[in-house]
Amino acid sequence: MKGAGDRINPTVKEIKPSGIRKFFDIAAEIPDAISLGVGEPDFVTPWNVRNAAVRSIQKGYTSYTSNRGLKQLRAEISEYLASRFDLHYCADTVPGIMLAGGAAVPVPTYAEDGFVLTAANLEKAITEKTKVLILPYPNNPTGAVMDKSALDEITAVIKKYDLSVISDEIYAELTYGGKHISVCAADGMKERCVFISGFSKAFAMTGWRLGYVAAPKEISAAMLKIHQYTIMCAPTFAQYAALYALKEGKTEDYADVSYMRGQYDMRRKYLVSRFNSMGLDCFTPRGAFYAFPCVKKTGLDGDAFAERLLKQKHVAVVPGSAFGESGRDFVRCSYACSLHTLSDACARIEEFVGGLLRG
Amino acid sequence: MKKLHSDILQMLAGDGRLSAKDMAAALGEDAAVVRGAVEELEKSGVILKYGVVVDGEKIGKDCVQALIEVRVTPKSEKGFDEIAADIGEFEEVKDLYLMSGAYDLCIIIEGKTLREVALFVSEKLSRFESVLSTATHFILKKYKIDGASVRDSGNKRLAVQA
Repeated sequence: MKGAGDRINPTVKEIKPSGIRKFFDIAAEIPDAISLGVGEPDFVTPWNVRNAAVRSIQKGYTSYTSNRGLKQLRAEISEYLASRFDLHYCADTVPGIMLAGGAAVPVPTYAEDGFVLTAANLEKAITEKTKVLILPYPNNPTGAVMDKSALDEITAVIKKYDLSVISDEIYAELTYGGKHISVCAADGMKERCVFISGFSKAFAMTGWRLGYVAAPKEISAAMLKIHQYTIMCAPTFAQYAALYALKEGKTEDYADVSYMRGQYDMRRKYLVSRFNSMGLDCFTPRGAFYAFPCVKKTGLDGDAFAERLLKQKHVAVVPGSAFGESGRDFVRCSYACSLHTLSDACARIEEFVGGLLRG
Repeated sequence: MKKLHSDILQMLAGDGRLSAKDMAAALGEDAAVVRGAVEELEKSGVILKYGVVVDGEKIGKDCVQALIEVRVTPKSEKGFDEIAADIGEFEEVKDLYLMSGAYDLCIIIEGKTLREVALFVSEKLSRFESVLSTATHFILKKYKIDGASVRDSGNKRLAVQA
């Protein structure tokens, strides 16, 4: 008889577990560890948004919604995308989760380019088999954003090779010193683009598991088929909460979002200035809530740096290699925590780095 | 008020331990500028003092706190300020406010024992001619102090995530 392990699909078996799992296990064992490894807001979902979910449950809105999600919510998302990011989709957007197949080819980005995807590096990675570009900007882990000129460069390549684009713009609201520009809004891009986002980051709703997709009708209709057979619909109470967040948000210019953005911005400046003053080269992130300092000067790569920092100084950061080979000399530090926590963490990192640089 | 000043106050209100250097880094300002602004806020009396918010219950602190409602006759010209200044002189008075509504002054008082609080009312407060009446309410339990929830200190997030 085959063992239980042999009954698992080989494709699934081959998937490597997340590279940062190890750090989670070590960090959990250290009671006074400060974690900059967290990839979610330190803010609780605003009270009135939580309350909207409670009310929807109390009112008995507990059945399935349409596969596409609540009609009102889709209408709000459509309006939101138009007003904030100049993205124009009718309310045929689909909240839900996506599955992928095929071979993934990582395209490196470099600190000297501001971690933007350059046309040259993109073109190098393209083969006759290349179908789709997954473009995650504002970027986790680097904090890079693609400005207009960077986008113009790559949209030319995308068009030249007639690629599709899946654009993960979950951090679109969290940019500092300039509004986010979506690749999907560029000329001639809409037809080939799938825009994905969600409520986790900007609205501090990570635990609600609610995302959405905006795409041309044909593509979203195809996705809807998979969605129907897998998820059926996103959780109803989460949809009502999101509906409230958008509806109330637009009447007060998304005050909760701007408040949180302002707080992240202060921490961002703080963290980058501390890294630079302790002698680590740190690219100034312009989006998301991560700093991505280069640790090469210390003589360690990101993996060794993160492991030793955690063991010796009890600060958890995530090695850049967890995000791809080109991140191996970097570590990701989240600034989604209080300034005081950052200050404590920086004091420890400074001691650690000081020891390495002197030694 | 200048944006810098209000930003500093907001940061210090959340955490009084932040140094001028740390705040300067977060605000993208020069440390000397921030230090100067903090001094200005202190000198002008905007910042009254720095302190710590303590959950007395956790250290088994023996003390009794009460909220005393006081009705007084306002003095002509001086209004409530004169009596308020006099009451404020007592060191057991932690907070003192002029209120709208059914009574005039609200006193939060801290004493070592119930008797000490009772004596404050009977011996000290009642001696003021303009005090018409008092109502003393003892504080039984604190759930939230100065914006800090007493119960809620655990971190709800996982330590490391993608």
